[in-house]
This record gives sequence, structure tokens and C-alpha cells, in this order.
Amino acid sequence: MEQKTLIDYTLHLADNALVLGHRNSEWTGHGPILEQDIALSNIALDLIGQARNFYQYAARLRNEGVSLGGARGGRMSEGVAATGGGGVEVTEDTLAYLRDSWDYRNCLLVEQINGDWAKTILRLFFFSAYQYSFYQRLQQSRDRELAAIAEKSYKEVTYHLRWSSEWVIRLGDGTEESHRRMEEALDQLWKFSGELFVPADYEKVLAEKGIAVDLTAIRSQWEERVDAVFRQAGLTKPAAAWEQTGGKQGRHTEHLGYLLAEMQFLQRAYPGCEW
Amino acid sequence: MENQNTESRSSWPLWEIFIRSKQGLDHKHVGSLHAVDAAMAIENARDVYTRRMEGISIWVVESKYVHASNPDEAASFYDPANDKVYRHPTFYQLPDELTHM
Repeated sequence: MEQKTLIDYTLHLADNALVLGHRNSEWTGHGPILEQDIALSNIALDLIGQARNFYQYAARLRNEGVSLGGARGGRMSEGVAATGGGGVEVTEDTLAYLRDSWDYRNCLLVEQINGDWAKTILRLFFFSAYQYSFYQRLQQSRDRELAAIAEKSYKEVTYHLRWSSEWVIRLGDGTEESHRRMEEALDQLWKFSGELFVPADYEKVLAEKGIAVDLTAIRSQWEERVDAVFRQAGLTKPAAAWEQTGGKQGRHTEHLGYLLAEMQFLQRAYPGCEW
Repeated sequence: MENQNTESRSSWPLWEIFIRSKQGLDHKHVGSLHAVDAAMAIENARDVYTRRMEGISIWVVESKYVHASNPDEAASFYDPANDKVYRHPTFYQLPDELTHM
């Protein structure tokens, strides 16, 4: 049971990074200007790298669980049952490519469609501000593997936050049109920001053990960061509104299915295909 | 070339990028890119020119501030140095212990 909780948590972190990384990568070749196309593609690669580290760890936990006996396919509720249960090893690839949307544990924010540059920037800013405080804390996790991944990722996210903050300010404090677009992005994304700080059961259990990050502790840091950047950008945070949740439990918006369909197509159509 | 001026992207000025690959070495010109200001130019340079561990320090200079010699004057500028071999320090006997010269 404890192992399953840790696997769920690790997958939640992996899914967050993978889904946002994939979304950002959709801009590759379509960026508004070559330099920014490269910048966002770099960030996408950072996130996918983080996801790989978490998936590799989750796969190892899962395989250890199987070799210890007790674990059958249902040990992990994930759709990797196709590869699990019979003692077949799961890998980072099976976790990324062979789970369905209801198995994914990412926050709703990261799966939202790119929209225009303003929306993509704001989504990244919200999430980077969250990851910045999050990885800072996770470095003190009692799980040494998670702490190590957090330490490496923290440096990357520090830059993501700097880059996205700059852009929020530029667009918010830019032209009439860029300001309007930022406000529209804010309208569309704000309702998904609250979920970042609403812990799922696996987060609660592991936070008590000093393994997971206590989300209530980082919420105020996030709010301060957003306030500071919004002040410079001339943007106003919406009053507390209804917050959409469910992603961490596998209840997603309609967008995730389309994302997975594209991302997973090759492995679904040609299982085990390598190139 | 002339078309570039009519593209909207030309409203982002061009910057020349210099990267220092490690301590003790000098900054080398690596290329140019577009950015709206110096802060963005440095970030763009980081993303475009240091993604394979090429550098530890970045300088950016807006291209319009770089003044260049005129190619038409190349003959009078450079050709006279052609036959002045005595300006090279190659006539000294160097001890064997001395390397990297």
C-alpha cells in the first residue's frame, strides 16, 4: 500500500512534467520568432527530462514491488496492466505511452491547450512559479531519489520562471492587444490554478511522512510571486473563483485525451517500435 | 536581403553575441540574433548559443553599434602587411621546455 502511494505520487510528478513538456513542444517550429521557438523548445526538453527521471523511478519502484512477490497487476491501478501482473517489467516508456487519460495524474492546468502565445506563457508562468517553490521543498524529501531529481530540476525551473515572468510582464505591460490577450488567458486559466494546492490523498499521506511536499506551505509563496509579477505587468488577479479539480485523481478535461492520442499513437499502433 | 526590412520581425533589432567558453579565455563572437532589448538578447543568447555547454559568460552588443572596416579598402588596409615577415616573432631560438608558443 505504501509503495503504491509512492508510485502514484511519483507518477503525478512525472505526468505534470510530461504533459506540459508535450504542450510546449507543440510550439516547436511554430514559435512567433526563431529565438523564442528555441527557448520554448529548450524548456519543453527540460520538462520531458524531468518526466523521464520520475518515470524511471516509478518503473523501478513498480518492478521492485513485483519482484518482492505480493504485487499483481492490480497493485498499481494504472493501465500498464497490459505489461504488468505477469512479472513483465515496466519501463519509463510503458508508463508514458501505455497509460490512458484516466491513469494520468497531472494537474488540469498543464493539459490546457496552447491557445495563443499569451496563454502558453501564462500557463508556463503559473506552473513554473509552483514548481519553483515545490522543487525547493522536495529537495528536503526523506525519499532520497525524489530529493535528487528535485535538486537537478530546481535549476531548470529557476530559468523557466525567470523567462516566463519576463514575458508575462512584457505582454501585460505591452500594447493594448498584448494586454487584452493576457487578460483573456487569465480568464481561461485562473480556474485551474487552485488545483495545484489541493492535495490528493497520496500527497496527504506522503506529506505526513516527510516525503511529499506540503502544498499549503508553498501556496503563499506562489501567491506572492504571482502578485509581484502581475503588479509589474499591470494585471489584476481575479477574485477567488470556483476552482476546477480532479486531474490528480485521473478526472481530466477533454483536452488530455487528444494530447495522448497524438503522443501515444506510434507506440499504440506499432508496439515496441524503436527508431 | 532587402525584403528583410519590410518583414515585421525586423522591428526587433539585431544583436551580436559573444560567448566566453571558460574562465581565462576571451569572449568570442558566435553569431547574432533578434531581441527587443538587452535583457532579452542575453536570454535568447543563452537559449540559442549555450544549450550544449558552450559558455559561462555572455556579452551582447546591438549590431548597429558595431562599426566595420570597409571591404573596398582591403587593399590599402591589409596588403601592405604581406611582405613584413620580420613582424612575426619567428626568428628566435626557443628552448625545448617552452611549449604553447
